[in-house]
Amino acid sequence: MSHQLYDCRDAYSQELEALAAADPRIVAVVNDSVSSTKLKNFRAKFPDRFVNVGIAEQNMVGVGAGLALGNMLPYVCGASCFLTARACEQVKVDLGYTNSNVKLCGMSSGVAYGELGPTHHSIEDFAFTRVIPNLAVVAPADSIETRALMRYSATHIGPMFLRMSRVPVRNVMPENFTFTLGKAHMLRPGNDITLMANGILVERALDAAAILLSLGIEARVLNMSSVKPIDREAILDAAKNTRGIVTVEEHSIYGGLGGAVAEIVAQEHPTRIKIMGIPGVFAPTGSSEFLLERFGLTAEGIVSAAMQLLARSRKPA
Amino acid sequence: MGIPLSATSIDPAYLPLWLHQQANRVRIDALRMVHHAGIGHTGGDMSSADILTTLYFAILNIDPDNPSEPTRDRFIMSKGHCSGAFYSVLAERGFFPKSMLETYMDPLSKLNGHPDRNKLPGVEANTGPLGHGLPIAVGSALAARMIGLNYRTFILTGDGEQQEGSNWEACMSAAHYGLDSLTLIVDRNRIQQGDFTEKTIRMDPLPDKFRAFGFATEEIDGHDHAALLSRLQALPIEAGKPSCLIANTIKGKGISFAENKPEWHHGVPNAEQLSSAIAELSVILTTKTEATA
Repeated sequence: MSHQLYDCRDAYSQELEALAAADPRIVAVVNDSVSSTKLKNFRAKFPDRFVNVGIAEQNMVGVGAGLALGNMLPYVCGASCFLTARACEQVKVDLGYTNSNVKLCGMSSGVAYGELGPTHHSIEDFAFTRVIPNLAVVAPADSIETRALMRYSATHIGPMFLRMSRVPVRNVMPENFTFTLGKAHMLRPGNDITLMANGILVERALDAAAILLSLGIEARVLNMSSVKPIDREAILDAAKNTRGIVTVEEHSIYGGLGGAVAEIVAQEHPTRIKIMGIPGVFAPTGSSEFLLERFGLTAEGIVSAAMQLLARSRKPA
Repeated sequence: MGIPLSATSIDPAYLPLWLHQQANRVRIDALRMVHHAGIGHTGGDMSSADILTTLYFAILNIDPDNPSEPTRDRFIMSKGHCSGAFYSVLAERGFFPKSMLETYMDPLSKLNGHPDRNKLPGVEANTGPLGHGLPIAVGSALAARMIGLNYRTFILTGDGEQQEGSNWEACMSAAHYGLDSLTLIVDRNRIQQGDFTEKTIRMDPLPDKFRAFGFATEEIDGHDHAALLSRLQALPIEAGKPSCLIANTIKGKGISFAENKPEWHHGVPNAEQLSSAIAELSVILTTKTEATA
């Protein structure tokens, strides 16, 4: 496996340009964030299909809904923190309730902005978006999945929130991967414990599984990029056939992937769960890597959580 | 009495009177609906009825039999709380049967308190929270340009609604992109839920604000059908700029006991008030126009 690292924003912006070349309905809408959404090339290639509304997120999302009303296919792109929080009511009403065919591309999610601080971290966006009916929520794991997701998104009729980081990761998905909404992708089989992760932390969950294997533990690794709809069958299979579930996300431990998994497990097949993420605090100052380590979101941290869960769930012989 | 589905069959000389009659039918429908539901926004239904009627019967290029036609004009009812008047106009125009108005806000009715485009033909945007319509209208006007269609986009907002900052974000976009296919009409009835607008938070000089934001702006009497017709038939006000009409209106218009009274923002008429209001609004309906003679 290649260990070259990729910023998923490159995959998203290149794919958006390719989609726009093939489909005249595609239009990009931004809030000044031309650089941070990596759309300078798009602007140069498709100046008539590039709308910069300035620093105005409520308007940006509403304009997206209006473009869809005019039968265009808008990709509304901005830093995830502002896109989802500042324009939350527009996302709820103009996109979700209206069921508008608009794709939201939230950049630099999680703690990717590191030292810029909690104003720029987006560790609440799964929670904000996951509760909105009709809105699909997806966080791709690497550049391969980002490309596949972008191609899928243009065929999906209805609103989607695509959550992307800027933290470079190696590719973990198979080269020929095709994205299916609502489907978990098993990256490694195993029946001792299940590691469920999404976004840039899928890479670390795989690394954790390798360490666990050296300790004689077979961990199942599921890429849960599709947070909504979520793969209920894969979750219940993990609950029934492994001894516990560790969820790993670059998000608050409240209301995100872990919450979604727990909602299903608690009601349909109770099993032990450890939810890993940002533990309900505003993060201190530090780089994204420093913060991920601080909150245990590393291969070693995941291994430790898995071992504790297994110790608690040891069944009588 | 037969009601023509559009104003095209009316002798232009009688059109303003005919629109006035049609608007009063809308007012009566809306009052009955609010009375039936026991909830609603009577004051704004009455202040916006003439604007809505003029647009739907004499201005908008729309086909109730083909409500998704890509070339249709788009109308965004941003003051979604005035659904009584809006639904009534849509029904009178033939988008759905008038009998559906009797289900206003009933359990499982398609006529929710605020409009839902996924339930009701003719509704273009799901509105209710204020300040949502203008950004959508900007997107709609941009799409027309990108796709190369010459449909127009109209939007009606309240005046208190303009206190929402999202409107001013959208105004900057509309002016920057020179969207002269976009026409904003502000129902300037000067009353919001709690009080008069100028006592709540000062909005005047409202026309100057829109001018400063790049709209070609005019004031108009929002109850003068002849004036509304001639202005709306000659858009844009200025090429290369979005148009803004500040329509000066009276909240509760047409009902003497409700006119210009803040408590009628969402007052609900009782049976006695309903029949008294209907009697007032019906006076003009007996005047003969050529079409109804």
